Amino acid sequence: MTRVALIGAGKMGISHLAILGAHPDVKVVGVADTSKIVTDVLEKYGQFECFADYKKMLDKTNPEAVFVAAPTKFHGSIVKELLQKGIHVFVEKPFCLNVNEGAELVQLAKLKGTVNQVGYHNKFIGTFEEAKKLISSGALGDIQHFVGEAYGPVVVRKKAETWRSKPEEGGGCLLDYASHVIDLLNYLVAPINKVHGALLKSIYSGNVEDAVYALLETDNKLSGVLSVNWSDETYRKMSTTVTVIGDKGKIIVDATEMKIYFKEANCPAPYTKGWNVKHINDFAEEVAFYLRGEEYSAQVDYFIKAIEGKVPNNKNTFETAWLTDSVIEKIKNNKN
Amino acid sequence: MDRILFGDNQFFGVNHVSDEKSRAQMMKFKEEKTILRTLDIAIDEGVNTFMCTTHDRIGNICDLIRQNPEQYKNFKIYPCMPYAHKYANAVTELGIVGTLKEYVPGNFFGSLFKGGIAFVSKDYMSMMELLIDAEMKMFKGINTPVIFIQNVLTDLLMGLGMKEVLKSYHEYIIKKHNAEPAYITMNMPMLLDMLESVGIKNPIICSSINVDGFRMSGGKALYEHTLKTREVRAIAMQVLSGGATPVKQAIEYVCTLPNVESILFGASSRGNIHETVSLIRQFDAQKQLS
Repeated sequence: MTRVALIGAGKMGISHLAILGAHPDVKVVGVADTSKIVTDVLEKYGQFECFADYKKMLDKTNPEAVFVAAPTKFHGSIVKELLQKGIHVFVEKPFCLNVNEGAELVQLAKLKGTVNQVGYHNKFIGTFEEAKKLISSGALGDIQHFVGEAYGPVVVRKKAETWRSKPEEGGGCLLDYASHVIDLLNYLVAPINKVHGALLKSIYSGNVEDAVYALLETDNKLSGVLSVNWSDETYRKMSTTVTVIGDKGKIIVDATEMKIYFKEANCPAPYTKGWNVKHINDFAEEVAFYLRGEEYSAQVDYFIKAIEGKVPNNKNTFETAWLTDSVIEKIKNNKN
Repeated sequence: MDRILFGDNQFFGVNHVSDEKSRAQMMKFKEEKTILRTLDIAIDEGVNTFMCTTHDRIGNICDLIRQNPEQYKNFKIYPCMPYAHKYANAVTELGIVGTLKEYVPGNFFGSLFKGGIAFVSKDYMSMMELLIDAEMKMFKGINTPVIFIQNVLTDLLMGLGMKEVLKSYHEYIIKKHNAEPAYITMNMPMLLDMLESVGIKNPIICSSINVDGFRMSGGKALYEHTLKTREVRAIAMQVLSGGATPVKQAIEYVCTLPNVESILFGASSRGNIHETVSLIRQFDAQKQLS
């Protein structure tokens, strides 16, 4: 049994809490949140021990691992404190608001040898996993160009402001939505290291961008386009798509479907020349408890297994999430 | 419950295996009358129960149904609440407290907040009851004998160990709405254990049940064992695993399982509706003969 605590019981925190609550190898020892109504309900109906102050929770419950799902601006200081105590950390995305802070945490986690993971759940989706295998194996040949897109209906009219509408607290489409796409591009194609110009557009939000458009370049000189908009109500929920074209073929992949085109017959089995369409049910791996998609359970399970030493700590590490943070910073620095 | 229930995913662009198909469906079913026409086809095929999310647009469908009482006199709706994306998107934008302020009807939440921190257990349950009543408003005058909680909420409550909330929901649906409470879940065996632990016997549970074992958490074997050995009124959904298995084989599998009282499916065309309904009837008849 791994003793786990949660800091931050908002949307993602509660989702993690439910998955942890149902996990056979986890004992949830405490939940910290500043909202009285949230901790009240969790305590009364969920039998969780709750705290308003996470420091008190750490002292009292002595967890081996902590899930951090507090607003992004608090990630740096909370995670540092946890690492210093030798606690394994799963932190929500994006990793940190400041790349220097993130770099320090990457080093500290290495020094302490703690298991570290960030909540970029797309890497646990079967279609993206299959795309990764195919692209890495060279099935698409020399890559020429890529496109990363995400659209969804988060802010579709002018509304009251929350931390999500404050750039200094980690709000905005770049940190919330585009970070997923950047992280996925870093993983599927190659690490992005240049931004040749970016547009951050406010559509309905007063203080933050609702759309991000950018021209990207990877460290092996591949070109790509990023197009992300969270004010698009034609999408029922967030939808992320990556397209990669190479001299042997092209792939279009999202969370439900993978379409791959091969120019020639000598392509990896079971694929054949021309278009091949595969769906998530061809790849999805069964989970013990399902909440919102296999990937949410799978990433939590992977983290717990890494603590138990059953899998290597090599998925969504602080280091790869820090690379994503650094692309986010480059986009901010290159906005037109 | 009827043997065959007609679902609504296709009307609102919910497709678990293709985002692209889901967008095409949203375009096809832009008009409420197109939805109603498809429901009429299902009724022609002898399917008289529509199981649907409490999506805003269902309110418009209910209006159309109320306008033609004679035509829909045998028609039943099984509401499934809440339409989770409405709340999930709101939580992303407004936070949890902001969302409650937006959706809990009347002044209830405001006064609760102003009243300070002294919450008592009953207040939260009243809040849940108000939300249920708000979601049920659109069905006024329509026969809704079974009312479901959507899987994302059922499974959230289950993961959080909030069995007393499930129990309160159960009792409230019976008491206030004079209907049978029911549950959609992606974790059927685990839910059955939890419901039984708070004294809910032989519950109606709708879950993915398909020959491929898709979205059957804990495994197909555990589901089959649960259906064979436990008391549960199961509804099989995702019987076609989202469109990947040959239809005949998929239907045969669910028709031969014990304790599967109903089969839920959705389709957009007359051909597909007819095919699925006929196959269910065919395999059911074979089962009776054997």
